[in-house]
Amino acid sequence: MLKVLKSGFFTTLQDEGRFGYRDKGVPVSGVMDVNVVRKANNLLENEDNACVLEITMTGPTLQFEQDTFIVLAGAEMSATLNNQPIYNYKVYNVNAGDILSYGRLTQGFRGYLAIKEGFKSKIILGSQSQYYPITASGCLKDRDELEYAEVSSFNPKISELKIDPLLEKIVLKVSKGPEYGLLDDDHLENLFFKEFSVAKEYNRMGYQFEERIKGHKISMLTSATLPGTVQLTPSGKLIVLMKDGQTTGGYPRILQLSDKAISILAQKKFGDFVSFKLV
Amino acid sequence: MTNYPISIRPFGVHAILVEWPKKIDEAILEDILQFSSYLKLECLNTKEWELVSAYNSLTLIQRKQRIDFEPFKKQLETWYRNREGAHHSDKYLWKLPVCYDLDFAIDIAEVAIELGESVEKIIELHTSHIYTVYGIGFLPGFMYLGGLPKSLMTSRRAEPRQKVAKGAVGLAGRQTGIYPQESPGGWNIIGNCSVPIFDANREEPCFVNVGDKIQFYAISRAEYKLHKIEGEVGIYQFEKIKLDA
Repeated sequence: MLKVLKSGFFTTLQDEGRFGYRDKGVPVSGVMDVNVVRKANNLLENEDNACVLEITMTGPTLQFEQDTFIVLAGAEMSATLNNQPIYNYKVYNVNAGDILSYGRLTQGFRGYLAIKEGFKSKIILGSQSQYYPITASGCLKDRDELEYAEVSSFNPKISELKIDPLLEKIVLKVSKGPEYGLLDDDHLENLFFKEFSVAKEYNRMGYQFEERIKGHKISMLTSATLPGTVQLTPSGKLIVLMKDGQTTGGYPRILQLSDKAISILAQKKFGDFVSFKLV
Repeated sequence: MTNYPISIRPFGVHAILVEWPKKIDEAILEDILQFSSYLKLECLNTKEWELVSAYNSLTLIQRKQRIDFEPFKKQLETWYRNREGAHHSDKYLWKLPVCYDLDFAIDIAEVAIELGESVEKIIELHTSHIYTVYGIGFLPGFMYLGGLPKSLMTSRRAEPRQKVAKGAVGLAGRQTGIYPQESPGGWNIIGNCSVPIFDANREEPCFVNVGDKIQFYAISRAEYKLHKIEGEVGIYQFEKIKLDA
């Protein structure tokens, strides 16, 4: 078991998501920054879909009760193993009794803890991703215990990776959304020539921005939305839906983020700037 | 079978949006559902694809691969022309119990004043109509219901509530519906449905499908309480009537 001594600000179990229930209104969920989690799971020679911990802003304190191997990824969160600093994208052997803790967030917003063979937890509707009320709880709590396999020996083919983690990138590549045609020159000029700063309303469901563009009076019939869909509200607010975002919506879907752009945005926090680039 | 002028457009690289004429229309919904079930049964691997239908649209979502738009669009057009003779899944009328007791129906008195009717008449109107499920989304198990009579059209609450109870039955504009879980909401609450539309622990988490029909019937507080207890042990009190194709 992995003992959760302190759960941190918002720590969740995530795999690649809950596929197949969107027609019943169930968000796909899954890791926000797929880009880095794939790399962490690859280093551990796990399946792509192996379940990891997604660690938001302030990290947890965790104690391992069996030997295993781990890789950290994503945001820079000053992690330590038994008070010794450890780094992203490097395979570490941990022993029973070891304590992993996190310090100051220095870059990005979401860190990941991948573990050899993935965390084991109840699979609900095909996924381990925590999303209340599909799963009984929406995030980890103090004193939770997470199951994982004991692994004493593992010789990774690659033990360390130098990668470009996209944390500094601010340009979000987008394609035209289904209602892109409704935008006029005024909209387009502001959309593609301004920067947008992340507002206080941002989480796994969606990101909003401080800056607005011109509003509209268009009414449309409710239709499907995806992670990465950019909606324009009548008052000119932009909402980017993320992994826990609603599966349908009634606001015009003006842009669609690329997969990489979703990963970039997932690492942004209040006050960070981004811009949109049409490809 | 009518061939509608459908439009097929890319929606990012993993999805394709198919749209029918922009109307709330049962015949259009029926055509969308027939095409959707044809695609699922005959054309697409449902482990790789998800299909989401709502009102006048069908969105096809690919799990991982990028879609090569132009050839796929041509293929979809061919499939649409060939869809005739496809099986379509059974449709049901669900009769769902609602307790309109004032403890739950916190806005029904205001609604009655706004509409110039008695509370009893509001309940009678709400339970006498049959509603069509045009979409499921927003929250797990939330049904977009069409067919609300003009006589029940109300304005939304000026200030949305921070918390609306799970199961709350609401009215707003041309819509009526059930909040499947506790959430913020701006609809006028006129009752509470004792049966959860969505439950992740059931084998079939959401028994209702797009295209099904819903009718409400009034139950007493005592029946409501009994249904809740029955629900905890997995017994659900609703009537299910198969509709003719």
